[in-house]
Amino acid sequence: MRTIGFILQKEFLQIFRNRQMAPIIFFVPIIQMLILANAATFEMKNIKMAIVDHDISSTSRRLMSKFDGSRFFKVTKFSLSDKEAALYMKQGRVNVILTIPSGLERDIYLKNNPEVQISIDAVNQNSAGLAYGYILSIISEFNQDLRVRFGNIKPQRVKIIKTIASYWYNPKLEYQTFMVPGILVILVTLIGLFLSSMNIVREKEIGTIEQINVTPLKKHHFIVGKLVPFWIIALFDLAFGLTMGKIFFDIPIVGSIGLIFCVSSVYLLVVLGLGLFISTITHTQQQAIFVSFFFTIIFVLMSGLFTPVESMPVWAQYINRLNPVAYFIKIMRMVLLKGSGFLDIKWEFISLFIFGIFSIIMAVWRYRKRA
Amino acid sequence: MKLLRELIKKEFFHILRDRRTLIIIFGIPIVQIILFGYVITNEIKDAKIAIYDKSKDNITMKMTNKMLSSDYFKLVDIINSDREIEVRFREGKIKEVVVFQSGFAKKLEGEGTAFMQIIEDASDPNAARLLSNYTRAIVSDFIDEINPTVRIGRTGPIVPEVRMVYNPQMKGVFTFVPGVMALLLTLISAVMTALSITREKEFGTMEMLLVSPFRPFHIVLGKVIPYISISFINTVVILLISNLVFGLPVRGSIVLLLAEGLLFIITVLSLGILISTSTDSQLIAMMIAMVGLMMPTIVLSGFIYPIENMPFILQLLANLVAAKWFILIIRAIMFRGAGLTFIWKETLILMLMTFLFTALSIKKFRIRLQ
Repeated sequence: MRTIGFILQKEFLQIFRNRQMAPIIFFVPIIQMLILANAATFEMKNIKMAIVDHDISSTSRRLMSKFDGSRFFKVTKFSLSDKEAALYMKQGRVNVILTIPSGLERDIYLKNNPEVQISIDAVNQNSAGLAYGYILSIISEFNQDLRVRFGNIKPQRVKIIKTIASYWYNPKLEYQTFMVPGILVILVTLIGLFLSSMNIVREKEIGTIEQINVTPLKKHHFIVGKLVPFWIIALFDLAFGLTMGKIFFDIPIVGSIGLIFCVSSVYLLVVLGLGLFISTITHTQQQAIFVSFFFTIIFVLMSGLFTPVESMPVWAQYINRLNPVAYFIKIMRMVLLKGSGFLDIKWEFISLFIFGIFSIIMAVWRYRKRA
Repeated sequence: MKLLRELIKKEFFHILRDRRTLIIIFGIPIVQIILFGYVITNEIKDAKIAIYDKSKDNITMKMTNKMLSSDYFKLVDIINSDREIEVRFREGKIKEVVVFQSGFAKKLEGEGTAFMQIIEDASDPNAARLLSNYTRAIVSDFIDEINPTVRIGRTGPIVPEVRMVYNPQMKGVFTFVPGVMALLLTLISAVMTALSITREKEFGTMEMLLVSPFRPFHIVLGKVIPYISISFINTVVILLISNLVFGLPVRGSIVLLLAEGLLFIITVLSLGILISTSTDSQLIAMMIAMVGLMMPTIVLSGFIYPIENMPFILQLLANLVAAKWFILIIRAIMFRGAGLTFIWKETLILMLMTFLFTALSIKKFRIRLQ
């Protein structure tokens, strides 16, 4: 026990001896939280729009103001020529072109169902899909007006089903509430994985590992001494991040904080074990970074942080059963936002626990072999 | 000149010797493109829902069947009490609960109006919004069906003719390929250069190089040329994969595209050198590169989230991210077929950035020598 105490002392000294280290431990969570949580939204506002009006009637003007008045669109260009509008789009100055054909008003009177042309710059598929939805709803609203105005609706008895939507756990549909728990997971993962894998490889790279190997120090002392500091630092960063999230984004903490930390401690076993394992199969810090990066990018992209796991193809969902990040993000969101208890997350927890044991065993086994 | 060639040779040996890193450098683009091409999507299919039918009549049956026959929903549970809704949500098994009021069909016939409630698990607000829109669309179709004489729903008099320009099939690859390119070039050029220079410093071999007859300028040049070549090969590989596998077009000039690629590579390289001049430790260099470079490239470049929707300060900040300009350039050339006249401003900004970063690193580098 005393030996481990000394080892821990040495490791902490070494980590914080580097004066740039402490700021990073505080800095990373703040930056991540402020930038990622604020930037991440799929809601579209101010889609830039050009309108080509060939009709110039009171109806076309009303349609235009309908778009201009909505908070989704900003009509930046009015034009009389299709060519000019197409050029604006090619330059990327507008995202949507609305072309109103001549004779729009006349055709509505004649019940000819006139077509208005809408061109959407679909280079960004996400934004294009959203813009499409907004446009359809504005036009259908406009049609409703027209039908009333031109008396298309006869006072006839109709059957109506009214829908009431309620949004539980996040009534204002705020994206930050959803992102912050996920960001905390990424934070803990990055800190745990990169710091631990680089730390041990560094000893190898500089050659100091040989010196440690010839001391009477036991292997498990060494491993405990290497992993515990990062375990503590990562948990500390999690607490720090949670506090920041509460203060700046007022994220709900419905469930039990104790449960969050309990799961995190187990999750960190997975991450640190993986870090240790990476450090046993690499020789330089550069290699360790690239291997770690390779795994993180796959884990994170598939984790459901940015896009829902349910939308992925079935084979990807099977692969995801081996993705610890996905489990932890799911747990964090369930506990923090919905107040799920241990029984609700028991399968995810057990999976993480098995991964944790497995990755530590793998790492220790590989490490022994090399010594 | 001959000396420089020897230096470049040495760097190439360093890189090629390290098989693992090499595999990863060329493996990442393939994995990422496959991930983004097949896995990462915002569309929702087969969302798990539960039905709480207090009425159980022929109308609610029809309505339920209509919902389930669409691709969007999959029934996983039948709920029988209000309390159960919360329990199911907490377990995280379902995303939406549809509640039909009791006496649904009777009310629809008698009073002409019946109510249904859509309850979303909005802990994922994006999915919640999409699902409630899908449900409403199905309901409004259904209303049209039960009112055959009057069309209340969404049709007429004006018919919108929507055309998706540049990407008629709305493929996601169009959105992410420029982003993946920016991300990878940043990773390889900036992060690897930064690490490889700090490594020499950490080991003390930089001192040896500095006392050798090489000029500092040569040392840096020798460092970056191999990374430029690797990055350039990667650009070509990404373009080839996205063209052959996903049918991505290059509508503009391919020469211009590659030239802009080279410019961006040099911009991020100069950034990598700048990072390496500010620290002696690979760990710190890595952290700076990750937080200061990789994250902005993913988040602030407009690659995943549209920049126009971010808070104003972040929009300003995004202007400092080289990848943002590069992605604008790539999209313009590849998809809109734009020439240099359309993108001179973005090109100029990248050049200015390169110049600034280089000047700063030269200044810092000199200070270190004293």
